[in-house]
Amino acid sequence: MKTMKMSLALAGLMMVAAPLATAQQINAAGASFPAVIYQKWFDEYHKMHADVQVNYQSIGSGGGIAQLTAGTVDFGASDVPMTDEQISKLAVKPLHFPSVLGGVVPTYNIAGVTQEIKFTSETLPGIFLGTITKWNDARLAKDNPGVKFPNEEIQVVHRSDGSGTTFVWTDYLSKVSPNWKSKVGAGASVNWPVGLGGKGNEGVAGTVKQTANSIGYVELIYAVQNKMAYGNVKNASGAFVKADFNTVTEAAAGAAKNIPDDFRVSITNAAGKNAYPISTFTWLLIPSHIPDAAKAKTIKAFLQWMLADGQKYAAGLSYASLPKEVIAKEVKQIAKIQ
Amino acid sequence: MATPAVADITAIRRQTTQTGDIVARLITLAFAASIILITLLLVWQLWFQSAPSRHKFGFAFLFSSTWNPVTENFGALPFVYGTVVTSILALLISVPLGLGSAIFLSELAPAGISSALTFLIELLAAIPSVIYGLLALFTLVPLMRDYGEPFLKSTLGFLPLFKGPVYGFGLLTGGMVLSIMTIPFIISVSREALLAVPREQREAALALGATRWESTWQIVVPYAKLGILGSIFLGLARALGETMAVTMVIGNDPKIVASLFAPGYSIAAVIANEFSEATGQVYQSALIELGLVLFLLTIIINGVARLMIVATTRKGSKR
Repeated sequence: MKTMKMSLALAGLMMVAAPLATAQQINAAGASFPAVIYQKWFDEYHKMHADVQVNYQSIGSGGGIAQLTAGTVDFGASDVPMTDEQISKLAVKPLHFPSVLGGVVPTYNIAGVTQEIKFTSETLPGIFLGTITKWNDARLAKDNPGVKFPNEEIQVVHRSDGSGTTFVWTDYLSKVSPNWKSKVGAGASVNWPVGLGGKGNEGVAGTVKQTANSIGYVELIYAVQNKMAYGNVKNASGAFVKADFNTVTEAAAGAAKNIPDDFRVSITNAAGKNAYPISTFTWLLIPSHIPDAAKAKTIKAFLQWMLADGQKYAAGLSYASLPKEVIAKEVKQIAKIQ
Repeated sequence: MATPAVADITAIRRQTTQTGDIVARLITLAFAASIILITLLLVWQLWFQSAPSRHKFGFAFLFSSTWNPVTENFGALPFVYGTVVTSILALLISVPLGLGSAIFLSELAPAGISSALTFLIELLAAIPSVIYGLLALFTLVPLMRDYGEPFLKSTLGFLPLFKGPVYGFGLLTGGMVLSIMTIPFIISVSREALLAVPREQREAALALGATRWESTWQIVVPYAKLGILGSIFLGLARALGETMAVTMVIGNDPKIVASLFAPGYSIAAVIANEFSEATGQVYQSALIELGLVLFLLTIIINGVARLMIVATTRKGSKR
C-alpha cells in the first residue's frame, strides 16, 4: 500500500516536472513605449518555439533598470540609455541592443488653424521656455507664411509623470538651445518653466484637445493611432520634416556612422536631409554574462530573430524599424553575450 | 444532592466565562496593538527611506519652492501649499452642502425620500476616485473654464484669489472635485449622528415653543456635534490624501501663485506621477520625504482640529 502510494506520488511529480524541464520561462520588464511590439514579438516567437515563454512587464524604463539591477528579471528594456552610474551598480555589465525606433511630435490645437505648422530649433525651445508667449509672434509667422495665427497666449502642455518621451523631447531642446540646456536641461522629469502637466500621452493629448490655443508633445505612434494633428520640425540640415516611419529611420541611419560600440547614443537632431530631429532608439538591456546556458542560447536566438524577421512587424504596429547599418553592428554584439 | 451540583456548575461556568473573557480581551488587544504597530512601522519606513534627502536638504526642504529633478534640488513648499489649499476649498464647499443635506435627510424629509437618497449617496461614496477624476476632466474642467471661472473673475476679480488667466485646470477645480468626493462621507456620517439624537430633545424643544428649524439648528445639531465633526475629519482625511482625481485636474505645476485659477500640485499627485520613473537615490528619497511631510501634515491638522473641539466643548458645557 505504502509503496503504491509512493510510486503514484512519484509518477505525479514526474508528470508535472517533465514539461517544466523542457519549457523555458524568461522574465523581462521595462519601457512602456515599445511594450506593444515586444508583446507581439514574444508572442510570435513563442508560436515558432513553443517551449520558450517570455513574460514582459511594462513598468517603465526606470522600473526596468531597477529590476535588472535587483536581478529579478533576465533582461530589461528602456527608452533612456543607462548612465555610467547605473551601469556601475550592476555586477554583470549590461549590453544595449536597440530594438525599434520612435519619435516625439509637437501636437497643437490652434483656433482657426487647419494647416500643418512648421517649428524650428528657435521657436520650439522659445515656446516651452515661455519666451514666445503668443501664437502670432513674428518668429512663428516667419516660418509659416499664409497661416493666420490668432492673437492668443500659447498654452503649453507637458508630461507630469516621468517618461522616456520627456527625456527625448528635452534632450532635443537641450541640443538646439543653450538657453534651455542651462535653464532646464534634459531628463525624464524636469522643472518646466511654464505649462500644465498631463499624465501620460493620453493626459497631454486630452489636455491639448480640450484647451484652445495649446501645444504639447506626444509619441509619434500615439499621434498616428489617434489621428492627431502634429507639426513639422526643422532638422539639422535645414529641411522641415514631418515625423513618420521613414524619416525616423533616416535619423538613425544618419547617426549610424558615428554610433558608439555600446549603442548608448542619442539620435536627436541627427544629420541627414530627410531625418526627423526628435527621434530615439529604445533599447533591450541584456546582461553580458547569463549563467544559465540554455537561457543564454534562447536569448541570443531571439535577438537574431528580432534583428531580422522581427523588424517586419514594426510598421504594422506604427513603430519605425532599425536601419540596416545599425542592425549589422548589433548582430556582431550578440556574440558578446556569454 | 442538588445544592453541591449547582454550586459546581456555577463555579465551572464562572471559570469558563473568566477564561473566555481573558482570551477575548487578549485577542482584541492584539488587533488594536497591530494597528498601532502598522502605523509605527509606516512612520519608521518613511523616516528611514527618506534619509538621503533629509541629510542633503535638512529643514530647508520644507521651505524651498524648487522642484528640479535634473539638478536634484527639491523642496516641499509648493506641494504643501497645493494640498492645503485644495483641501480647505473642498471643506468650505462640502461642509455646508453636506451638513445641510444631512439635516434635510434626517429631520425634514419624508421617510421614503430619505432612505432612497441615502442609498444613492452611499453609492457615491463607493465610486473609485479615478472615475471622479475622469468625470471632472471631461465635464467639470470645461464648465469651469467656459462659465465658472470667468463668472468669478468678472464678479470677484478685484480679489487676488480670482485674478489671472483661466485654464479650467487649477487649484479651484481641484478643490471642487475633492468637495464632490468628500460630500458623501459628510452626509452619511452626519445623518447617522443626527438620527441618533434622542427624540426627547426635539420634543422638549418643540414643547417650549421652538419652530421646527430652531429645534433642529439650536438643539439637535449641537447635540450631534461630535459625530458631525467626526464626519468632517473623515472628509478632510480623504481630501488630503486623494491622488488620481486631483492629478487629473489640478494642472500639475509646482508653483505657488495667489490665484485660485492657477495650476498647482499636491503631494499625493506628485508622488503618484513621478515615483515610478524617479532615478537616483536623492530623487526617490525626496518623494518619500514628501510622503512623510503629508503624514505629519495630516497629524497636525487633525490635532489642531481636535484641540479646537475640546476648547469649544468645554465652553459649551460651562453654559
